[in-house]
Amino acid sequence: MVADPKKNATDERLASLTLPQESGWLGSARQNALARVKATGLPGRRDEYWRYTNPAALVQADPGTTVGTPQADPFDAIEAVVIMVEDDRVTLTEDLPEGLEIMRLSDAGKADIHWARDIYGVLEMRGSGPVPRPLAMLNTAFATDGVVIRATGKIARPVHIRTVGKGDLILHHVVRVEAGASLTLLKSGTSGARANTVTEVDIGEGGALHHLRIQGPDHHRHVNTHVFVRQAAETTFKSFTLSANGQMTRNEAVIELTGDNAVSTTACAAFGKGDFHHDDTVFVTHDAVNCQSRQVFKKVLRDGATGVFQGKILVKEGAQKTDGYQISQALLLDDDSQFLAKPELEIYADDVACSHGSTTGAIDETALFYLRSRGVPKRVATDLLVLSFLAEAVEEIEDDGLREHVGACLADWLSQG
Amino acid sequence: MLKIKDLHVKLEDEDKQILKGIDLEVPAGEVHAIMGPNGSGKSTLSYVLSGRDGYEVTEGTAHLGEHDLLDMEPEERAAAGLFLAFQYPVEIPGVGNMTFLRTAVNAQRKARGEEELSAGDFLKIVRAKAKDLKIDAEMLKRPVNVGFSGGEKKRNEILQMAMLEPKMCILDETDSGLDVDAMKLVSDGVNALRSPDRGFLVITHYQRLLDHIKPDVVHIMADGRIIKSGGPELALEVETNGYADLLEGAA
Ligand SMILES: Nc1ncnc2c1ncn2[C@@H]1O[C@H](COP(=O)(O)OP(=O)(O)OP(=O)(O)O)[C@@H](O)[C@H]1O
Ligand SMILES: [Mg+2]
Repeated sequence: MVADPKKNATDERLASLTLPQESGWLGSARQNALARVKATGLPGRRDEYWRYTNPAALVQADPGTTVGTPQADPFDAIEAVVIMVEDDRVTLTEDLPEGLEIMRLSDAGKADIHWARDIYGVLEMRGSGPVPRPLAMLNTAFATDGVVIRATGKIARPVHIRTVGKGDLILHHVVRVEAGASLTLLKSGTSGARANTVTEVDIGEGGALHHLRIQGPDHHRHVNTHVFVRQAAETTFKSFTLSANGQMTRNEAVIELTGDNAVSTTACAAFGKGDFHHDDTVFVTHDAVNCQSRQVFKKVLRDGATGVFQGKILVKEGAQKTDGYQISQALLLDDDSQFLAKPELEIYADDVACSHGSTTGAIDETALFYLRSRGVPKRVATDLLVLSFLAEAVEEIEDDGLREHVGACLADWLSQG
Repeated sequence: MLKIKDLHVKLEDEDKQILKGIDLEVPAGEVHAIMGPNGSGKSTLSYVLSGRDGYEVTEGTAHLGEHDLLDMEPEERAAAGLFLAFQYPVEIPGVGNMTFLRTAVNAQRKARGEEELSAGDFLKIVRAKAKDLKIDAEMLKRPVNVGFSGGEKKRNEILQMAMLEPKMCILDETDSGLDVDAMKLVSDGVNALRSPDRGFLVITHYQRLLDHIKPDVVHIMADGRIIKSGGPELALEVETNGYADLLEGAA
């Protein structure tokens, strides 16, 4: 028999995991996902979708060791409904504002009938075509737990999922924003040895979700995340990620605009050095009229760091008046760093306005000299220019307070090197 | 204050000599003007003094007081009291003018071992100085020089100078692009800073500015050399006769 490294790696990884024993809807969703991941196989070096990022560290059976201690949480200062996830123990709070339901995934799975059933693994499966996302399938099958959140009203207080990972973390969150409701979801924490996180988001007509995530600044981080979003008519989804350091980060966002007049923004500001590897992979499907999507991705790379961006906007037949904007940019602080970008547009409607652009640049020497000539030391001047470069992504955060908070966190981390 | 001796400068990547032996001294309390045809090396001189990359000093020295300028980083020169108002001020998107000013003022204070200005004190001072230059709150908030008109950029340079209170100010064609009223504002700003312990080197093409900022000495620069120095009357001579006679005299 000819050796098949991809199949071997998949078998080995699957053998290292135990499928949680659940009957009911969650159990069937897991079985379904397991069958899919077996059929597809886990990502391998030769897969086109993993051309720029070696999936080995995310796939291999051995997750590596947990390094580092939990740090002060960047969202500590924000008053929020805090949900602690320590390893696979989810601790909920009793104190919930009206219109907000939060449950453990494992508990929701015990109920005969639960709204999460129509979302769990369902959006993931929709998002696994045309490109398969086997690490998300694996997650759907083997998630140790997760948080299930439902908003039925306009919730002012953000929900904050704070993760302290150990070992090999597999978490799966489900969020349902009902028609006309709105919610802000904050995520932060450390990943442990390795983390695989899926978040499925279903937004009902006129609903809004603000998704704000901070990854870092733990250097050891090996993480892959998937956010699957389905948007009905008149909905808003705004996502921003601040990502600092980390040896391996792959963030996938898969967004489907299924109702008219929906607005969807994904943005990320990432910076790292040395063995930093940061991959943003985004797939936005326009399948309704007059929707707007924006992707703003910025990376600052130094000392040999690698940044990846794969972004696709698919405009289906009939998705007229689509307004799609995509920009991915890297600022390379030296010649050793690299940015690999693959922006794509695929359009089957004739009345659309889509633009995309990708640039790679060095620090503006004239601006640097100007700042230094005013007495600003080179290091501080460089940081200012880095902040100025990342500002365009940070500006996508709508809430003034949260935007300033994230901006301050970013400046603070930068100044620490 | 500023002492330049036999300064020779070439481009770093090209075999092109731009400054061919500049000798120039600006004592404290004096205003010196430099005039000269396009391309004679005036801006180059100002860049080399403030430490811009891309030039190589092949001979000569430049001192600011005790400081050997050519041996210092640009930010060290600034902290030592050197200031250059750029011929073409640089736009920096994403960095607020206020943040920039405060970072600069406090960085220099820190480098000199002085206490940093508090946010409140800084704001008070910057508002007062901005008002004198008719720079409104909106312009202070905007990113550095982005979308500023030519004249606004030049006024912004003078605001920086007023905030940083340097010992030696080099102004590279600060008058170009200014309307009559702005010329007056900028000149008043400069004159307000004139003091016995501060020197000025004003690069200009026009007598107009020198009507407002009266120079003690005028130098004429051509092809990388100072070919003539004299009193304020030298500027008037240039204004009426151009450079032709002076260049011939030097040849
Ligand atoms: N970085 C550079 N690369 C190539 N040439 C340069 C560079 N810097 C200066 N030069 C050349 O050196 C000469 C002097 O330029 P500089 O800008 O100093 O002149 P200037 O006296 O300030 O002129 P102007 O009155 O037009 O402002 C010019 O011929 C210019 O083209
Ligand atoms: Mg010039």
